[in-house]
Amino acid sequence: MKDLDQLIGHIGAWLVHSGPMNDVVISSRVRLARNLAGFPFLLKSDESQRKEIHRTLYETVLQTSWGPKMVYVDVEKASALDRQLMVERNLISRQLAEIEGSRGVAFLPEETMSLMINEEDHLRMQVIRSGLQLAELWQEIDAIDNDLLSKVDFAFHEQYGFLTACPTNVGTGIRVSVMLHLPALKLAGELEKVSHAAKDMHLAVRGLHGEGTEATGDFYQVSNQTTLGRSESEIIHEFNDVIIPRIVEYERLARQVLLKDRQAALDDKIWRAYGVLENARTMSTEETLFLLSHLRMGVNMGRLSNIPIDTINDLFLRTQPAHLQKMSGSILDGEARSIARADYIRKRLASDN
Amino acid sequence: MPVACQHCQKAAATVHLTDIVQGEKRERHLCADCAEEEGVIMKTTPVPLNEVLSKFVMQKAAVQELADLTCEQCGMTFVEFRSHGLLGCPNDYDAFRRAMDPLIERTHEGTTQHVGKTPLRMDPAARNKMDMIRLQRELSQSVTDEKYEEAARLRDQIQRMKSE
Repeated sequence: MKDLDQLIGHIGAWLVHSGPMNDVVISSRVRLARNLAGFPFLLKSDESQRKEIHRTLYETVLQTSWGPKMVYVDVEKASALDRQLMVERNLISRQLAEIEGSRGVAFLPEETMSLMINEEDHLRMQVIRSGLQLAELWQEIDAIDNDLLSKVDFAFHEQYGFLTACPTNVGTGIRVSVMLHLPALKLAGELEKVSHAAKDMHLAVRGLHGEGTEATGDFYQVSNQTTLGRSESEIIHEFNDVIIPRIVEYERLARQVLLKDRQAALDDKIWRAYGVLENARTMSTEETLFLLSHLRMGVNMGRLSNIPIDTINDLFLRTQPAHLQKMSGSILDGEARSIARADYIRKRLASDN
Repeated sequence: MPVACQHCQKAAATVHLTDIVQGEKRERHLCADCAEEEGVIMKTTPVPLNEVLSKFVMQKAAVQELADLTCEQCGMTFVEFRSHGLLGCPNDYDAFRRAMDPLIERTHEGTTQHVGKTPLRMDPAARNKMDMIRLQRELSQSVTDEKYEEAARLRDQIQRMKSE
């Protein structure tokens, strides 16, 4: 797949509604940070070293059993729109899109695995799936890490473990994050409690697009902050079998209470959201997220039955700025995007009816 | 009308405790600072690295030698690290060792020893040592969890490794 335009024809496999607990858990992700031994971290690498790190990792990735299937993009040479498109699809981080110098990404066509080269660390690998599937994700990323470890040496310290550019990632280099949809807890005013409990457990709670973003449309990303002193499987197990199932239970309970005590108000929110999405002529990203959140809640609570969740996921993905511009085949300013966004939503919802 | 803290009598009480001591119910109302001082609550919110770094460096400012730490391999100084929050090369972890242990301890819930996976190609002796640390940890965890079968299995594994 040389042309990134082909990406917009489908949605990433991790967005296809199939994973466990998907009424609350949108997706799970596991990331590992690694650095090549014998090279400085990126802060102290000059351009020729960056290129050498890039080439070494690219060639090593190609030799893994995943390599031949992977799509590779030289991010330095990609257009701003292509970089934005990859950010919107969770294939690369905002940081990799925005920094300068030699850097790249290799990903599977299903978009369930991506390997970023020369981000904050030499290599950032991530795997992502629909619903709560952390144990499976760990097996998968552990396997590719082992494949790479059999071919190159990563910087490793007997006491501190895998060495990373920032000491907050040292040790396992693992970051586990789960994207949750918690509209009922939000409506019930219970989110503060979840957020406090999470912080007491040394977890970070963030908005849709990770670090430094506010939660929009009731979507929250929960991730670990401690990467040292516990094994990867301990961290995964705690998330997969303790923390996340508890939050899911709490959200489901809040949904039952809403249905019992505030059914009319709840249905009003859901159907208003549907009405606006079906009819609006201009729409901002923020409003879209807010309304799609209500729509998703309506479908998952059985209040709306004619809209598949996959349609809603499709709308989340394709109403983002780079997607709208790729679909229209031209660069659009903010106002034009709002019109294109509303158009796309109306047509997409009509095609399912 | 908020209740005043029973300890300092000044700030509004935000921590409300009900103790049962020898069958008698006792209520206490404290402000967050007094509650923390008495060890009733702990502020466990993870501290952003930059904050830890600047506080840490301020505390140790008198100790000029820390500020003078320089990595021979990449030329990074500890002061430079402090301003970026990022290290220059793997050797910095050793070059800044004295500063690193307390720093890592504060950002990783009080631990400084890696217990996760190790590279397959690592020096066998070092690998063995790491495995041992991990197994000991798992053993004490399984005893705490009262998983005695698993504990027995781990104990045997540790014995085998020691005798090898």
